[in-house]
Amino acid sequence: MTTDLTRLTMHALAAAYRAGEATPSQATEAYLARIAALDTRVGGYLTVTAEAARAAARAADARLAARRPLGPLDGVPLALKDVFCTRGVTTTCGSRILEGFVPPYDATVAERLAAAGAVMLGKTNMDEFAMGSSTEHSAFKPTRNPWDLSRVPGGSSGGSAAAVAGDLAAAALGTDTGGSIRQPAAFCGTVGLKPTYGRVSRYGLIAFASSLDHPGPITKDVRDTALLLGAIAGHDPRDATSVPEPVPDYVAALDGSVAGLRLGVPREYFTEGLDPEIARAVREALEVLRGLGATTTEISLPTTDYGLAVYYIIAPAEASSNLARYDGVKYGLRVPGRDLIDMSSATRAAGFGAEVKRRIMLGTYVLSAGYYDAYYGRAQKVRTLVKRDFEQAFAAVDLIVAPTTPGVAFKHGEKEDPLAMYLNDVFTVPVDLAGIPAISVRGGFSATGLPIGLQLIAPAFEEARLLRAAHAYEQATPWLERRPELS
Amino acid sequence: MISRADVDHVARLARLTLSDAEAERMREQLAAILAYINKLRELDVEGVEPTSHAVPLVNVFREDEVQPSLPREAMIANAPEPAGELFRVPRIIED
Amino acid sequence: MSAVATAAGYEVVIGLEVHAQLSTRTKMFCGCSTTFGAPPNTQTCPVCQGMPGTLPVINRRAIEFGTRTALAFDCTVNASCRFARKHYYYPDMPKNFQISQYEEPLAEHGGLEIDVAGGGVRRIGIQRLHLEEDVGKLVHEGTLETAPSSLVDYNRAGVPLMETVSQPELSSPEEAAAYLRAFRAVLVYLGVCDGNMEEGSLRCDANISLRRRGATELGTKVEIKNLNSFRNVQRALEFEVIRQAAALDAGERIVQETRLWDADRGYTRSMRSKEFAHDYRYFPEPDLVPLELDLAFVERARAALPELPRAGRRRFVEQYALRGAEAATLTGSRALAEYYEATVGAGAGPRPAANWILSELLRVVPGDDEQAVRDSPVSPAHLAGLIRLIDDGTISGKIAKSVFDKMAASREDAATIVGREGLTQVADSGALALVIDQVLAADPKLLADWKSGKTAAENAIVGQVMKATQGKANPALVRDLLKEKLSKT
Ligand SMILES: [Zn+2]
Repeated sequence: MTTDLTRLTMHALAAAYRAGEATPSQATEAYLARIAALDTRVGGYLTVTAEAARAAARAADARLAARRPLGPLDGVPLALKDVFCTRGVTTTCGSRILEGFVPPYDATVAERLAAAGAVMLGKTNMDEFAMGSSTEHSAFKPTRNPWDLSRVPGGSSGGSAAAVAGDLAAAALGTDTGGSIRQPAAFCGTVGLKPTYGRVSRYGLIAFASSLDHPGPITKDVRDTALLLGAIAGHDPRDATSVPEPVPDYVAALDGSVAGLRLGVPREYFTEGLDPEIARAVREALEVLRGLGATTTEISLPTTDYGLAVYYIIAPAEASSNLARYDGVKYGLRVPGRDLIDMSSATRAAGFGAEVKRRIMLGTYVLSAGYYDAYYGRAQKVRTLVKRDFEQAFAAVDLIVAPTTPGVAFKHGEKEDPLAMYLNDVFTVPVDLAGIPAISVRGGFSATGLPIGLQLIAPAFEEARLLRAAHAYEQATPWLERRPELS
Repeated sequence: MISRADVDHVARLARLTLSDAEAERMREQLAAILAYINKLRELDVEGVEPTSHAVPLVNVFREDEVQPSLPREAMIANAPEPAGELFRVPRIIED
Repeated sequence: MSAVATAAGYEVVIGLEVHAQLSTRTKMFCGCSTTFGAPPNTQTCPVCQGMPGTLPVINRRAIEFGTRTALAFDCTVNASCRFARKHYYYPDMPKNFQISQYEEPLAEHGGLEIDVAGGGVRRIGIQRLHLEEDVGKLVHEGTLETAPSSLVDYNRAGVPLMETVSQPELSSPEEAAAYLRAFRAVLVYLGVCDGNMEEGSLRCDANISLRRRGATELGTKVEIKNLNSFRNVQRALEFEVIRQAAALDAGERIVQETRLWDADRGYTRSMRSKEFAHDYRYFPEPDLVPLELDLAFVERARAALPELPRAGRRRFVEQYALRGAEAATLTGSRALAEYYEATVGAGAGPRPAANWILSELLRVVPGDDEQAVRDSPVSPAHLAGLIRLIDDGTISGKIAKSVFDKMAASREDAATIVGREGLTQVADSGALALVIDQVLAADPKLLADWKSGKTAAENAIVGQVMKATQGKANPALVRDLLKEKLSKT
């Protein structure tokens, strides 16, 4: 075996299994060895489940040897963001308040991956309760960007993106509430897809903002995203907001052409806040897509500028409610107190980090008596306007092409001011508000050698179209040839 | 504008103990964020329906069929202070 | 001193808020069983324990039960409604918010007819009806105030509750109790709640204010919690009428507050020294989607409505020629009404059936306990059998009462008991004639009086014959034999 198995995409690894060139146990051991050697520097994982992974790999070995694989993911080593509950495996959501919490249940996506034969390597680091854009707000440790360890991997799914970029997992799951899959995917040069709201079950995903949380894949290439999305998508009776739409064959959808596809370029995304290198990369990408037969037109999404304000009302409001349950009574941390209120207040003060407290305070404030209409009520109405912007745009175009982030990965500690950090999500947040699918793919590199994310946005449930265009672009560009030098 | 009294009231509603310094810092940061958020007032939302769900589903039910509960041991295993078959909490004083 | 006398100068304004546990098999938002009395924390799962990442899914039957009740109360079922989160911290509430309904309840604008003093009927308005989840149970080590710690059992957390709020239109504690009785009867008829107040299936809070007669402005409202029986509703409100009237008479102001009824000590006391301004921060529950109950759903529920107590009562009066009060008692519970009709259906006359149920059955079975009535040791068929034995003269009315008690004890039918114990009336004229002769021979004065045509003497003879036969003689036959004997002399 000459190839380093950890460099392979999931589909290449699966092909190697089928060809008898590698086994799940070999791949799992290779990943565990690499994690042991390198993750102290990257900080991608909070928990590594080596023994369970080895056992799952052996079971996959047997199935593959018997030529009875469970499917294309059988034996593929993956990582899960620590926001997903895993039965019997510590799940902290990056927070002290859940330190030592061992769920007696699995998230639906974890269950589906296990049923598909995937091998879980462990749980990845994240901003506490998925609140952040840098993974600096994990209660346990920061994660570093494999392209430049002095920089952040983005967030909140920074551990997942860094693990995939650093070949510490073949692929991973993340969650996107305001950009938390696409932004770290952009910063780490991976593919990250936020599906349509309701496409993938949220059961067992520790809630940040229920109406905005989307689980989705972070992978090495677009084909892997199609594979992984296919495995986790579909109706779940345990999630009342999950949609009973049939799941198309996303891998099969990759083969179509993009000729004749109408691409819209939103004027509002090219403002002075956008790094000129990124603007240029997006324009070059449009050139590539035109070369493949797509047409491009400028469009307008007039409420873009308000998306972030809407987001910073709705998300904290829902978060303040979702996080009320962490009170030291049933699970997680308890700090002793003279009475119940004292105990709960002290537990929450010690268990939540500054960013989480800020959002709980903000959310509690905007929902409190007298402010509901001015803040939450108004934000929900503007959310309707944001949604309408996209609907009107999609009347004339098939996909929207935009930058994923206004800048490339920044340095640790560079964005101390909360508002400056929030502005990072300006291009990703409107899509979460509208609940429509979007993908970030590698769209080139900055002069400093950092990846640039290209974002494609589709109408609801048009993931297949999104994947087809992203795949065509990926095939037509050389970006995937570069990899970070970690070792 | 958000006052220190507002911060204290909200902290009480949210069950968060904040030190004096924390509360003051919180007030400043919330004030800045709220000032940013207030840009929504520029928009005319007269007659616009609110969106609380991105996907327009209605009437999602489950049938009234008993599913096995989880064993008590599994539920209590995570309790910070289990008391036999129950969860113990410190003295309750109404607020 | 009665509440009414003390408060003579005041008008009483009462509104009731009733929480009813729905008799679904499973909880409102998860599949855990709702069975009462299970060992602590054995009927919980990650969802009803509010564990991280878990999600609620609405129990369809709870919505059906709510709709059924709304229709029975003549409410408008809203074409669109939704759930909202109500926030406050309490350790018996796992998520520290309750999934409830706020601006868009299931139903609104209904009413319930109650009997009022003097035989009239009043319709009390119902403001709204909504669904929510119940909380768990706290066990205090000692009382709440002195316990060093408390223990939580989450079995009840998530059980479906239906909250119904009346208009403040009840004008006395008696009316409040009557409202609650009528309310309970409807719920039990509908089969949506077992109505068991002891187990907490039905819980009541009241709002009460007093204003001087003739005044237009409403008085200050006081909320009273923990009214968990009909008797307590009435007692607590009576106490409160006296307390408020005395305060107003003394020129004091009524404080707007929540008071707790202490049934043992018989008074209400303020729950909080300082009034905490609740801020529930309601917002639409993002984990659930709205309900849009279409006309077909509502009409299906309407078609499935059983006959309600008031309609049943009117029908019983017309169809069975019962008195209003009798019909009211018999239709006070669905099981009892069904029992009555089953007895009549098994051949008993409507009148004796009513008499036997009202005077005898209700002696051994609590009429408001549906299950006890259904499990009655004397079945409707057996009661009809007993009545038949009286009708055909096999046993006397007097014997029948003791037969009934034996039936209640052994669950046997009347004929079996009568046969085994030889309780059949002596209907053999030869044997009876002999007894009559003995009685007359033993008392010459009686014989003389009788011969002179005194009715009292005839009654006395019949009485002595009954006595001599230990009640087994058929009294009608004894009279016939006496007439015959007289005509022969
Ligand atoms: Zn449950």
